[in-house]
Amino acid sequence: MSPRNRLAAAGARATTRAMLRDQPRGDVIRNAAFAGLLLLAVLIALAGLFALIVQAFAKGSSALSPDLLTNPPSTAFPDKAGFRPAIGGSLELIAGVILFVVPVGIGAALYLEEYANEERWWNRLIEVNIQNLAAVPSIIYGILGLAFVVRGPLDLGFILAAGSMTLALLVLPMVIIAAREAIRAVPDSIRQGSLALGATRWQTIRRQVLPASIPGIATGVILAVSRALGETAPLLLVGATVFVTFDPTPFGADGYSALPVQIFNYAVRPQEEFQALAAAGIIVMLAVLLAMNSFAIWLRNRYEQRW
Amino acid sequence: MLEAQSARYGEKAIEGLLAVCAILSVLTTTGIVLSLIGPTIGFFEVVPIGDFLFGSDWTPQFEPPGFGVLAIVVGTLSVTLWGMLFAIPVGLGAAIYLSEYARPRVRRTVKPVLEILAGIPTVAIGFFAVSFILPEVIQPLWPGEFLGGAEGRPFMALAAGLGIGLMIVPIIASISEDAMSAVPRGLREGAYALGATRAKVAVRVVFPAALSGIAASIVLAISRAIGETMIVVLAAGSTPNATFNPVEAIQAMTAYIATTATGDISTGSLDYKSVFAVGTVLFLMTLAMNVLSIRLVRRYREVYE
Repeated sequence: MSPRNRLAAAGARATTRAMLRDQPRGDVIRNAAFAGLLLLAVLIALAGLFALIVQAFAKGSSALSPDLLTNPPSTAFPDKAGFRPAIGGSLELIAGVILFVVPVGIGAALYLEEYANEERWWNRLIEVNIQNLAAVPSIIYGILGLAFVVRGPLDLGFILAAGSMTLALLVLPMVIIAAREAIRAVPDSIRQGSLALGATRWQTIRRQVLPASIPGIATGVILAVSRALGETAPLLLVGATVFVTFDPTPFGADGYSALPVQIFNYAVRPQEEFQALAAAGIIVMLAVLLAMNSFAIWLRNRYEQRW
Repeated sequence: MLEAQSARYGEKAIEGLLAVCAILSVLTTTGIVLSLIGPTIGFFEVVPIGDFLFGSDWTPQFEPPGFGVLAIVVGTLSVTLWGMLFAIPVGLGAAIYLSEYARPRVRRTVKPVLEILAGIPTVAIGFFAVSFILPEVIQPLWPGEFLGGAEGRPFMALAAGLGIGLMIVPIIASISEDAMSAVPRGLREGAYALGATRAKVAVRVVFPAALSGIAASIVLAISRAIGETMIVVLAAGSTPNATFNPVEAIQAMTAYIATTATGDISTGSLDYKSVFAVGTVLFLMTLAMNVLSIRLVRRYREVYE
């Protein structure tokens, strides 16, 4: 740098500093106060999350034991009561959700991204419809399940498979939206290269687009499944009865339960022992969800491709 | 032109199959509408629609029963109001902080933590609201006998409202932050060059430029708050009560549905049909919010992306 330039830079720096120093005092104070308020907002949100977790441990640690996972629920002996049929029910519900949501969700996303012509009104309708479905209250899906799956056209009765279908319809829009984003992120040059080599449209999708977008799709599926795992309200309407002391089967007519429903049932009982059981169940559920979400984030960071 | 050597029926079949998957989502909406309409019409054959929409006595178990839906609509709106009063300042504050003030490292840590909050099942938040927010936060801080006093109440609209607020903070924060991050750098730099402080840039430049996205996040959050079930079932009580008093117990629409439609409710009964009538009101309210929010999001996408 020549001496002249150095002099000019020093002068500019000094002028800027002087201007900043001479900022009106009110501005400086207001700026600091504003930043403080914003930080406070972040801290309140984080404190809420922190308090929720700490409170679950404070209330539930006395009930935390391996029995919690292996014993059936009981109203007579709260110290021996557990979540076994509820956990089994949740696992079976989730298995059904995955079986339905993975093929249908990816299929719908592929159609909308790879085939659909956005100029056509019916494709735009499908798109707005999916966005709206993602925000329909979960209890409305419970009503749908009650009127269409449990009774009405499908008439399956209050069985676990009906609950599974209801949850699957509930999280399907989430899967479609996530899968579309993952598919959209695959650059067009990959498709054009494949088509130019003579591959058909489906061969291009099957061999190029899908493998490249699998990590994003898997992340979306895991997040959707964790939502289904924590969902309580629709299950209340489609027959997840709260007291099931045996391990449920997918089509058994004797009823089924799910982890969040069992937590709910303990939570509405005022006695200290049941409150502890509810809190312990929440700890188990949060641990599973945290593990799933961490895995999804890890998956996204590990396999995400930058094109 | 190149011609395909075969008609490629397989390709067409696959396209058809994928289209069926997409159409299934439309069928879901159709299913929802159809399952709501039938029993709702049946309900209005017994209960006059005027009594339902404008009455405020919700006493289905009395003889004769009262089906004035305003009682539980007001309950829902009360909880939503208290939730939004908490979530809008906290959510927007967090969004502005993350988008305009936080260093990249802070942002990379805080955002996933907020996402965890968004993933917490609402039954856990409801339990937290009734066993912590109500006895440990509201009751000690409540000013004496103001509005009837907070002591000794097992359920309260405000407790459920704060629980719902906690649930929707991440929705507002994350969508608003996206909208603010999409505002082009040039706008900020222009304002800085004219001598604006950080606070002024955030409030007078970035905030207005991202307004439609911010509004979309708030509308979506209202829709979620109206439709939330477990928090209101656990924390707000089951007393239909057309009041906005935050310390009163109320019943929300979702809570009525969840507590009435369980177990062995018989299919043709008036109670059964009333669940669908309330469901229709709930569906229409959230539908209006969702459509508005989708439009707002589209508008800000068009401007900056």
